Amino acid sequence: MMKKTLSKAELIGLAVAGVLVFLVLPLLNALPESHPLHLTTFTLSLLGKYLCYAVLALSVDLLWGYTGLLSLGQCLFFSLGGYALGMYLMLKIGTRGQYHTNLPDFMVFLEFPKRFPTTGGLPPHWIPFQHFWFAAAAIIWVPAVVAAIFGFLAFRSRIKGVYFSILTQALTYAACLMFFRNDFTFGGNNGLTDFKEILGFDLNAASTRRGLFMATAALLIITYLVCRWLTSSRFGKIQRAIRDSENRVLFSGYATANFKLFVFVVAAIIASIGGALFVPQVGIINPSEMATDKSLEAVVWVAVGGRGTLIGPILGAIGVNWLKSYATHTVPEYWLFILGALFIVMTLFFPKGIVGIPSQVRALKARWNRQSVSVAAPAALSPEEKP
Amino acid sequence: MSTAAPIPAPSHKEFILTLEGVNKAFDGFKAISNLNFYMDKGELRTIIGPNGAGKSTMMDIITGRTRPDTGRVEFGKDTDLTRLNEYQINRLGIGRKFQTPSVYTDHTVFENILLSLPGTRSVWEALFSRVTPRQRERIDEILTLIRLADKGSSKAGVLAHGQKQWLEIGMLLAQDPKLLLVDEPAAGMTDEETARTGELLLGLAGHHSIIVIEHDMVFVRQIASKVTVLHQGTVLCEGTVDQVQNNDRVIEVYLGRKHEKKTT
Repeated sequence: MMKKTLSKAELIGLAVAGVLVFLVLPLLNALPESHPLHLTTFTLSLLGKYLCYAVLALSVDLLWGYTGLLSLGQCLFFSLGGYALGMYLMLKIGTRGQYHTNLPDFMVFLEFPKRFPTTGGLPPHWIPFQHFWFAAAAIIWVPAVVAAIFGFLAFRSRIKGVYFSILTQALTYAACLMFFRNDFTFGGNNGLTDFKEILGFDLNAASTRRGLFMATAALLIITYLVCRWLTSSRFGKIQRAIRDSENRVLFSGYATANFKLFVFVVAAIIASIGGALFVPQVGIINPSEMATDKSLEAVVWVAVGGRGTLIGPILGAIGVNWLKSYATHTVPEYWLFILGALFIVMTLFFPKGIVGIPSQVRALKARWNRQSVSVAAPAALSPEEKP
Repeated sequence: MSTAAPIPAPSHKEFILTLEGVNKAFDGFKAISNLNFYMDKGELRTIIGPNGAGKSTMMDIITGRTRPDTGRVEFGKDTDLTRLNEYQINRLGIGRKFQTPSVYTDHTVFENILLSLPGTRSVWEALFSRVTPRQRERIDEILTLIRLADKGSSKAGVLAHGQKQWLEIGMLLAQDPKLLLVDEPAAGMTDEETARTGELLLGLAGHHSIIVIEHDMVFVRQIASKVTVLHQGTVLCEGTVDQVQNNDRVIEVYLGRKHEKKTT
């Protein structure tokens, strides 16, 4: 009745994915460039980016697919994680920047030494980010605190459905506008970029990129397992009960707001860690990453892959982003039309997404068989009925 | 019982539910107006009344969905319900069945009951909770009672309408409430299902105190309880089914025009 342990198919899938990302792809990348099977570091990092998006998609699904909370603000948390690690990476550039000072370039350019004379131009809240451990901790607690405050207020006021969606989108948009401002001390519209090293490893070295790719793959697998555990626990059952009939849950003695708040914070942390690993592989984080359309795109990935499942968002995120990379390269002006059409077609004809297609085909087949039987049946019956 | 006191004076201590001088207005519309309502422990009470009489608002006030503007709402001896919210009131032992069956359609029938059993209400408990053999037994008992024993592993969404109603009653039973509020349990049911629902409720009376809101007079007659008639947010009259059906004011409220024609 209750599948607590992983099924065989899941185990095989995990093993294949594990071998692929931990052995095959890094090995192909390590081959000499002249080799026909060589996987370029660019492609590997691109795949790493897709995996980060897959983590983001899982966080969207945890909210939308499993709890019925359509959050249009997950990109905010993704970006918060990105900025937290980006700050650390900025401070590790040292004197290798354009201005050859210890201060990040944009701070020199924006004349921060005049604004923060006591610290030599570095805003005080940047100082602890020179330690990796502090940045790593911030990747967890900053989104958690933001999500907890926002979630507490929203769920306590019983904001639901489309109002919740609009509110999360407004939150993201407000944050986006704030990060665009130069005096917000996060690099304005250019954001944070031009990173050189992470934990002492050269970010341009293929081996570092392989390491980051493998870390991202590990994160995705861990996220999958955590979500798997969460959604199959009693908590997960209550989550889906809230999605299907929140009043029933509330009138059964559950403080539903607490359950929603918990899952909102967990999803924020998941998105944030995904964003943190995104930044060193892509090499930049700026406010456009938390623009409202990015969050909408994440919702499209989940819808395309199949919401309410865990494998769906992963397939959707990787598939749609692969399509995006291909389309924006070959027919850039049509990409948004393709995305829009994809969303419409999927929600109209494949409401359960890619993952649901096999069961839809089976249902169609069964109906087809029944129909052909019922057409054939009267003819077969009539001779017997005559006497 | 001594013969000295044929009618025991209503003593406050025995009531499981007391509503006194309750008022509630929505944008100037008085949904509940100076409502007084008392209910004994173990009683099965039916509330009837025309549309807009305030039946649902009364349920909302008892279960914490709506706060009254004025008045006392007390559960048992001295628990003030007006200060508590829905889940706190439920935890005290007041269960509510909604008019439209609300079950968890994506969960199995078994899981629907499981989520309704007492205990495991906090996030932390829910993360690490396991089904105990005792809980399994209890769920099987309830499923047998509501005649869904063979449906345990089907999804609640595929059940027939009547079965969903019973499942929701089963979910309430799982909570083991002291007071059950049941809103139109027979709505949309076949005659046979209605009769079966009546039996079910009669079987529960005594162990639980039950308030039933119902329009179907055949059903009300079947469960033959004390009937309270609500009209314009206040109690019009109380009594047996026959007393209520022959009460002039009730006839006027329900069949106003007919009554006028008779008199003129």
